[in-house]
Amino acid sequence: MTALMLARAQFAFTVSFHFLFPAFTIGLASYLAVLEALWLRTGSGVYANLYRYWLKIFAVVFGMGVVSGLVMSYQFGTNWSVFSDKAGPVIGPLMAYEVLTAFFLEAGFLGVMLFGINKVGRNLHFVATLAVALGTFISAFWIIAVNSWMQTPTGYEISADGRFLPGPSWLAIIFNPSFPYRLVHTVLAAYLTTAFAVGGVGAWHLLRDAHNPGARKMFSMAMWMAALVAPVQIYAGDAHGLNTLAWQPAKVMAMEGHFQSHPHGAPLVLVGLIDQTHQRIDYTLEIPKLSSLLLRHDINAPLAGLDTVPPANQPPVIVVFWAFRVMVAIGFAMAGLGLWSLVARLRGRLFASPWLHRAGVVMGPAGFVAVLAGWTVTETGRQPFTVFGLLRTVDSVSPLAAPVVGTSLAAFALVYFIVFGMGIAYLLRLMAKPPQAHETALDGSPIRAAGITPASGFGEQAA
Amino acid sequence: MTLLAHIDLTVIWAVIIGFAIVAYVVLDGFDLGIGILFPLIAAGNDRDTAMNSVAPVWDGNETWLVLGGGGLLAAFPLAYAIILPALYAPLMAMLLGLVLRGVAFEFRWREPRHRVWWDRAFAFGSTLAAFMQGVALGALLHGIRVVGRGFAGGPWDWVSGFSLLTGVALVAGYALLGSCWLNWKTDGPLQQQAVRYAGRCGVALLVAIGAVSLATLGLDAHYAARWLTMPGIVFTAQVPLATLVVALLFYRSLARGSEIQPFAWALAIFGLCIVGLGISIWPDVIPARVTIWQAAAPPRSQAFMLAGALVMVPVILAYTGWAYWVFRGKAGSEGYH
Repeated sequence: MTALMLARAQFAFTVSFHFLFPAFTIGLASYLAVLEALWLRTGSGVYANLYRYWLKIFAVVFGMGVVSGLVMSYQFGTNWSVFSDKAGPVIGPLMAYEVLTAFFLEAGFLGVMLFGINKVGRNLHFVATLAVALGTFISAFWIIAVNSWMQTPTGYEISADGRFLPGPSWLAIIFNPSFPYRLVHTVLAAYLTTAFAVGGVGAWHLLRDAHNPGARKMFSMAMWMAALVAPVQIYAGDAHGLNTLAWQPAKVMAMEGHFQSHPHGAPLVLVGLIDQTHQRIDYTLEIPKLSSLLLRHDINAPLAGLDTVPPANQPPVIVVFWAFRVMVAIGFAMAGLGLWSLVARLRGRLFASPWLHRAGVVMGPAGFVAVLAGWTVTETGRQPFTVFGLLRTVDSVSPLAAPVVGTSLAAFALVYFIVFGMGIAYLLRLMAKPPQAHETALDGSPIRAAGITPASGFGEQAA
Repeated sequence: MTLLAHIDLTVIWAVIIGFAIVAYVVLDGFDLGIGILFPLIAAGNDRDTAMNSVAPVWDGNETWLVLGGGGLLAAFPLAYAIILPALYAPLMAMLLGLVLRGVAFEFRWREPRHRVWWDRAFAFGSTLAAFMQGVALGALLHGIRVVGRGFAGGPWDWVSGFSLLTGVALVAGYALLGSCWLNWKTDGPLQQQAVRYAGRCGVALLVAIGAVSLATLGLDAHYAARWLTMPGIVFTAQVPLATLVVALLFYRSLARGSEIQPFAWALAIFGLCIVGLGISIWPDVIPARVTIWQAAAPPRSQAFMLAGALVMVPVILAYTGWAYWVFRGKAGSEGYH
């Protein structure tokens, strides 16, 4: 193993673990804000109890997101120092803005959100919840601006010694061509991930007690999200794909498994055996012309293949190809479950369909798999470059010896598997408890006795 | 842009990064210090109280470390690109320590049978992070080998008697801040215990400061030149003198049973150490190798960020101050009274 491969493995490992947590907290913070808003508006106990229920889970997820994110902010320098030197003048300020406008906002109001309701009252507490939710979104905005710039760099100048310097307009850097598409697609993914996690927990408890009002309410809310947002996400993903075709065609060729160019309409390859060494795909199951129809809106439109891209500039096709299929399959499964729930809802059987609930449980973790798969598509698809087309990954890595990087990778693997493994076990235990009529407050917090008092009771508010 | 504007922006950014580091040391110092003292605090109510006294604010405290790292990348990318690989092992160890202690805040409440382990993780992680921060500072002062635009040394360059000494010094210093914080925020036996520890940690820190200061003078001729040549010595000599005066005020306030003053005087000792650090290295960012101007990002990068920092830093300080105000007063094992 070279130092480069180890550095890539370490970044992939630490960022994949990290990404799971913000994908959940972005959605969960917004969900908590909605629950608190509904509680303040209606005074209904079911919302107060659900808020408390998910706040305990949020606290654990957020803690893991903070510490794994701290690692990321140093990985750029420790493992990718040449990249940091070369691209720092452009991406550094965007990351500094993320700290200034998002991280402090989240961290500053988190304490009040978790522990402060008796100190500041309900309305100010709601402001704190909103601030945390807003902070998670602003954080996504900046970090996706950075990532998108690495995919579709615009607005830069190149100095005499080969560094990227900002051009006259920062808007051209931030609002680079892939940014709006990636931001929408990623934030929707975070919302869907949360919706399916919430829906999975609701479904699990409905299978045990179909009359639990909290389980009913969370399942119903999650299934509304699935029915409404999953189709929007498929549309947003399609638009993102078309944008990628325009700016990073090699990535789309890898996603499609198109080694050959197709001058008279390209087939949609459903599955196949990738052989990048020989630049071919075998044993394909494919639908003629459909790829051209999807990508060019014309069944006979020509589509270039990887034969137009030198092998040295090609991404690892097998990874991109299969990760893309996992993501798309989950996306359609999400929309399918949303449709199923809509039918069940219209028939008045949303809470009386055990098979729907079983499907909901199975799909509970689907969003996490999908975001990791999608992240793999876009990041692996950018290879072999860090700044697409301009700076190679091999020219970005720190001057470190392989044993050094290997040791730190092993240390990260050990600590992450223990720490986050235990954290995920604690999360599953919290989720395994049914939501109750008098949900307890966060442990170690001062709101044990008073605070959100769901006086109106749980039972009246059956969804 | 003119050269003058460039120089000004770079100095301003050096001050802002310096401010972020000071804010980090001041704020995260006391909550890391509580972790360092944790094994000495009785399990049960006392540990719960100590933990609760920082639980609502530790996350914001640690964010200053992210601003220090992120700000360095943005304003001084060359320094970031040289220092981080040079200090690879201590920084990785620091990050892993911060992971272990950061999750402990939540995890220790999740399963009573596991609490003893997460308390150990909290103590070990806090101590490791504090020690490695000190080691990193010592290694930076000791010197980093640079060729061209990159780090040119080996994986063990950061190890030296000096860097281990600065590591121990920072552990003692954070433990002092932690015990002063507990003196302020708790009552009863835990507070009395904290006062005893504050006295001992103060001695340890002062001895360590003396040792580090003398060792720095012997480290490299250019440090000695900065501190000991006339007429500069007339000014630089004020730093150790002021440290002695503040140390006396610290012990007097501790003896009088004051709750807030020892914390303030302990912070003042840290402030003087940072002034001393500034005398040793300004205007270098990598001592004797790279100045802040050589490491600086172009004016467009620094100007764009400065606009954000001028608006956001006061806002951040305002709502951080509010959060501290919300949780003012004594903490208890059931949270704040």
